[in-house]
Amino acid sequence: MSHILLRHREIPDISNLNVYKKNGGFEVFKKAVTKMKPSEVTDTVKASGLRGRGGAGFPTGVKWSFIDNKIWPHYVVANADESEPGTFKDREIMESNPLQFLEGVAIASYAVGAKSAYVYLRGEFWQIAKSMDEKIAEMEEAGYLGEKLFGTDYSLHIYTHLGAGAYICGEETAMLESIEGKRGQPRIRPPFPAVYGLYGKPTVVNNVETLTNLPMILANGADWYKSLGTPDSAGVKIFSLSGRVRKPGNYELPFGTTFRQLIYEHGGGVQDGRPVKAIMPAGASSSFIVADDKALDTQMDYASVRTLGADLGSASVIVIDDIVSIDWIINKTIHFFKHESCGKCTPCREGTYWMMHLIDRIPESGYSKADVDLLLNVAHQMQNKCLCPLGEFSTMAVATGIERFPQDFKKQ
Amino acid sequence: MSLANKYPKEVKQILAKYPPEYKRSAVMPLLYLAQREEGYITKDAMQDIADTLEISVTDVGAIVGFYTLYHDKKEGKYRMQVCTDLPCALRGADQFMESLCANLGIKVGETTADGLITLEAVTCLAACDRAPMFQVQSGDGLQYYEDMTVDKTMELIAAIKEIGKEVK
Repeated sequence: MSHILLRHREIPDISNLNVYKKNGGFEVFKKAVTKMKPSEVTDTVKASGLRGRGGAGFPTGVKWSFIDNKIWPHYVVANADESEPGTFKDREIMESNPLQFLEGVAIASYAVGAKSAYVYLRGEFWQIAKSMDEKIAEMEEAGYLGEKLFGTDYSLHIYTHLGAGAYICGEETAMLESIEGKRGQPRIRPPFPAVYGLYGKPTVVNNVETLTNLPMILANGADWYKSLGTPDSAGVKIFSLSGRVRKPGNYELPFGTTFRQLIYEHGGGVQDGRPVKAIMPAGASSSFIVADDKALDTQMDYASVRTLGADLGSASVIVIDDIVSIDWIINKTIHFFKHESCGKCTPCREGTYWMMHLIDRIPESGYSKADVDLLLNVAHQMQNKCLCPLGEFSTMAVATGIERFPQDFKKQ
Repeated sequence: MSLANKYPKEVKQILAKYPPEYKRSAVMPLLYLAQREEGYITKDAMQDIADTLEISVTDVGAIVGFYTLYHDKKEGKYRMQVCTDLPCALRGADQFMESLCANLGIKVGETTADGLITLEAVTCLAACDRAPMFQVQSGDGLQYYEDMTVDKTMELIAAIKEIGKEVK
């Protein structure tokens, strides 16, 4: 099957405006603005079953319908902060198929009545931001962005905003704070961004991959999109495959593909032919999946992965083989979250600090049972107490690592 | 000299991105601009940005301190930032970093004696399938180097040192 999102793999120069146009580019945006009501666009996206690709998996059309129509103006923010260890899909979209992404931003903006949209890119995507500014200028020149589009009263401008190195800015309210020129620290919710977002105005925040689906859904219809994937998880997903596999990379596949198919058919199997020991399906934020036959044959969709005691999240699948010890893995994830904790709420700020000291001490202390128990205790005490998901995420690998791989926390 | 005098076109473009009543939003792009020449942000530059945006210099300093790509002191002209996070480490990033340290004769966080290169360990850069990898931050720009080996990296460093000599 040809790609829906990574279309540059069949059409290498699709980032060129004329090539994109020749392949149907901007037709659905024009059709939406000239022939459809915003609510019709939202209804189509709702009917397609599209769910947010940033990790939470919330239905996109439903998210749009929460926007408060009593308060104006509205904003759309594209989350291009991609910082989860193991995730590198949005980068490929923006580098190689940027116009489909930008058309998706435009469609979402029309659907919620936004006349300004911001693309928030992580600071490390400096070069991507530069080329995206050029693409935006080309779209303005060609009449796809700017004032009174296609002879209607609808106007839209898209701007890029570059972050500067902070994982937390991928959390949507921290991202809004960052655009407002403040430190990227999450807000207390409610109110949610759909009511109180950027500059205190109703705002929709959607992930890059989510938005890139929109032109194809509008062009081919909700039923077509639903026919891909599983009843619970419609459509295709880009799986970022990394770790100890032979062929790491992005694989765009229908939801419902099994872990075994991803790792062995697409990823070429494990390095040195070793067995898979554990899988982290959602990057460093994951719970560990014990990679037995049942797990390997489990379909990758939101509901099925949950039966394994984990979440699919952003589908950044990190493969761990049997030469790697889980205590070493969680040392890496804890150091990551300690570094990225924004410091605003106490459970996360203090919890990641103490988890870091404990995990550093555990191998030195010869895997003392008291220290391992204490580490698990700290993780459990943090759970359900943090202001935003970052703090919760920091405990997932710790708790499930100790519980599901106890042998890796005993003296070897 | 203020940023507005030095880079009038850029400052105007940056301010135009945000609603005029929320010009504080421009603080991050203006900080990048302030970092362009020396690779770090001076106290004077922070004051200048604070005056431009009508916020306190403390607010500007809080941004510099929070985000890792802003620097408030002079270090190496080129910051070599190696990803040693989990996915890269599963593909040999820690060993790669150790070899770089041995070859350069410095530890992580230190700068070479000629002041050209600071070696840093950083978190995930969204290039997990192309490890070992690093980015080089210099001025207000960044460049990715992926699927690297120690030999290829030492060649790059030699090239950087050549350019460094010419500039001096």
